[in-house]
Amino acid sequence: MSVATALRTTILPISNILAALVMGFSGMMLVPLVLAFVERDAGQPGFGDAALTVFLPAVAYWLLTRRFRRELKVRDGILLVTVAWVLLPAVAAMPLMIGIPGLHFTDAYFETVSGITTTGATVLSGLDHLPPSLNFWRHFLNWVGGMGIIVLAVAVLPLLGVGGMQLYRAETPGPMKDSKLTPRIAHTAKALWYVYAGITLACVLALLAAGMNWFDAICHAFSALSLGGFSTHDANVAWFHSLPIEVILTVFQVIAAMNFATHFMAVRERSFAPLLRDSQAMALLRILAISCVGIALFLTLEGTYPDFWTSLRHATFNLVTIATDCGYSTQDFGRWPLFAPMWMLFLSCVTCSAGSTGGGIKMIRTLVLAKSSLREMVGILHPNIEMPVRVGSTIISNQVVLSVLGFVFLYFMSIVALTLILLATGLDLTSSISAILACINNAGPGLGVVGPATTYAALGDVQKWVCIVAMLLGRLEVFSLLVVFTPAFWRK
Amino acid sequence: MKIIVIGAGQVGRAAAYYLAREEANEVTVIDVNDELLRDLQDRIDIRTVSGNGAYPAILEAAGAAKADMLVALTNSDEVNMLACQVAHCLYGTPTKIARVRAAEYAARPKLFGQGGIAVDVWVSPEQLVTEYIERLIEFPGALQVLDFADGRVRLVGVRALKGGFLVGQQLKALREHIPRTDARVAAIYRKGRSIKPEGNTVIEDGDEVFFMAARRDIPLVMSEMRKLGEKVKRVVIAGGGNIGLRLARALERDTQVRLIERDARRARRVSEILSSTIVLNGDAADEELLIEENIDDADVFCALTNAEEANILSAMLAKRLGANTVMALINRPAYAELVESGAIDIAISPQTITMGALLEHVRRGDVARVHSLRRGAAEAIEGIVHSGTKVAGRRVENISLPEGTTIGAVVRGDAVLIAHHDTIIQADDHLILFLTDKRQVEAVEKLFQPG
Repeated sequence: MSVATALRTTILPISNILAALVMGFSGMMLVPLVLAFVERDAGQPGFGDAALTVFLPAVAYWLLTRRFRRELKVRDGILLVTVAWVLLPAVAAMPLMIGIPGLHFTDAYFETVSGITTTGATVLSGLDHLPPSLNFWRHFLNWVGGMGIIVLAVAVLPLLGVGGMQLYRAETPGPMKDSKLTPRIAHTAKALWYVYAGITLACVLALLAAGMNWFDAICHAFSALSLGGFSTHDANVAWFHSLPIEVILTVFQVIAAMNFATHFMAVRERSFAPLLRDSQAMALLRILAISCVGIALFLTLEGTYPDFWTSLRHATFNLVTIATDCGYSTQDFGRWPLFAPMWMLFLSCVTCSAGSTGGGIKMIRTLVLAKSSLREMVGILHPNIEMPVRVGSTIISNQVVLSVLGFVFLYFMSIVALTLILLATGLDLTSSISAILACINNAGPGLGVVGPATTYAALGDVQKWVCIVAMLLGRLEVFSLLVVFTPAFWRK
Repeated sequence: MKIIVIGAGQVGRAAAYYLAREEANEVTVIDVNDELLRDLQDRIDIRTVSGNGAYPAILEAAGAAKADMLVALTNSDEVNMLACQVAHCLYGTPTKIARVRAAEYAARPKLFGQGGIAVDVWVSPEQLVTEYIERLIEFPGALQVLDFADGRVRLVGVRALKGGFLVGQQLKALREHIPRTDARVAAIYRKGRSIKPEGNTVIEDGDEVFFMAARRDIPLVMSEMRKLGEKVKRVVIAGGGNIGLRLARALERDTQVRLIERDARRARRVSEILSSTIVLNGDAADEELLIEENIDDADVFCALTNAEEANILSAMLAKRLGANTVMALINRPAYAELVESGAIDIAISPQTITMGALLEHVRRGDVARVHSLRRGAAEAIEGIVHSGTKVAGRRVENISLPEGTTIGAVVRGDAVLIAHHDTIIQADDHLILFLTDKRQVEAVEKLFQPG
């Protein structure tokens, strides 16, 4: 394929839509820009300059390439989503680099990738003194990345046409992406965003009632609902010293770890019945309840905290936040006996529902794998048995089981490979494995040098880039990102 | 409009495709076959629900409570009718369309009347296709013959050929040549592209001309475009399926029909039903059989089997062996484009023919009839004019029509008026429009909506 044809048939049509995405994305900078004007803070030049330097060329490029637009194919959708997720954090990094003197590109990009993938790992310290507009931008990235930037584009930009479904599928997590809430993909995307925004608003109000100020309430609602885990304070949620705030955040994190399609149904039917029917949600509640009580008992017995109730309070908040891949902290759980934080990191791999804003392999896959392993065992006893894999009342086809197996294999191979790379760069074992787990699951804090009491600033540049790759792999569920690097993808 | 389509077979898929292509429609497709649904959802922006479309729970999952229209197109007449009945009883769905093939049901209109089965419209694709072919055979040389106002006005597509008076002439010569007959050329396609028909447009050899005229004037107008073929006397039909059988039955009284069916048992069954048709058991692509049955003598050869590839090949073969006009049933638009106007005279698309019957009920404004043309790219619409709309009381030249749209004919009571610039439109007229670009359909709908 000649370069000219590639340009005409693939690169120009896709980059046209990318330009539109960048246009819309830089338009979002208006929100922190207004805030910067109101607060008269140092973020003002950053947002003004970044928005203009990006917006105008994007408009020009979009107009110039408009005539190359065509309907998207599956391959285009995957490529577009991948490139968008790599490119948009770079755009988002500009205000940070301009607004925070001495911030390198690597650090700024790490911060924005961490924001938009809802990881919540940070390299910044002195958050309490950061200009409010920059802090708001970090949390805003969390929020936008939570439901998905492409899903947002499908909902509000009518430019994606039939290809919308391909994009939606490349970005949305979970093994079964064919269930639509409404016949039109744009309406489905809109419905999800309405529910997401509505629950976020509820969270803001609850946090206000619990005594937070407006700014903290909005920022924390953003990072809680997106399961991002950014905070406006270095001390994270511990800064507030407030049990009600911890309870509110815990509740909303659990809500955000459930499938938003289920929430949509619950709102539409005005009942909790859809939640009770959702096998992912039920499994999630069960696992979290048992783990919280279990870890609290363990911490009490180990003598980490003087009594059971203190243990339960700290175990619950920190365990839920890591298990749901949000990544706040109130305690330095890195200093807890190793079993507890390791159990939390394990949960971060498996707990979140498909269709939620969290990361990991998703509860539905966990359930499918558990059920299909069970089937294998029963198969040894009854070689001729016909036994479908059943999750809740849904029969899972063997095709889905196979694709789940393939996914989980790739997921854990990625964890192993990236951990080995970190080890090769000289990081210790606990830090390496916990950093990769925390990044690929989009959780946030790890253990060791990247524990809750410290930041990822302790890592070297190479190590930060490895973590960036891990975060993107996790958010795009491995396949979407990796398939772009297979030779078959580029063969005509 | 929220529409539920039951059945993802050939007709169901086409319906979903045609309906979802219009921005205003939200389509949900129900079928028992998961794989078909997944494939369909990959291609078009619809929702799918898997299960039996007559079950209330499945209908509910597809949003029947708020649906404006239910289209039941499964293979089973019984499922289709029951689905409509269920939707009627439980959800009061306003419009219910069912595919009903069996003549046993369709022949008793009372069944679907007041207090009967709650089916508002029943379509039989086989019946529609048969009628369509019948009309083509009635007017040899026509590519397409479509009825409006109960057949009083017809839209005819014809390929202009040397020997027709008008070929090489300007359009306005038509009036001078046949002053007492009125016809309106609605669209001209040259090499697949539409050109705007105006008084000084010159018709060329090979143009595809669409005109509207009263039923009795059609042969005369057609003869202006090409040398008129003789009345069809000998027809060979390949395929004794539903359509082939119906067509043979409709034609066998006035024409000499031969029907070739490959399956011996089916051939026997068909021969029992038909009376004067010669039923042959054999392969329609068998050269020797065709020669033996005097294919070179046939006026029309219709390939109507289920296998479209076989239809194309046998029609091509028949053409080469000397059949005058060959037609083939072709589902895939790509195939139809490939062979039409080349190897095969007329490609018959069952989907396009059936879709008109569905689109009639999707159009806003009072629309009596819709025919989909050129594989869905163009459309002919019969709209009913109400007072208070943008067209009532106006002269044709004062109506602002969207690009590529022409008013062809006006039906007033029993009279057929061919539209001229000074024709004044009145309330209760039926207006027949031709849209070369289907994307203008919304603008046309607005003409028929009050306010």
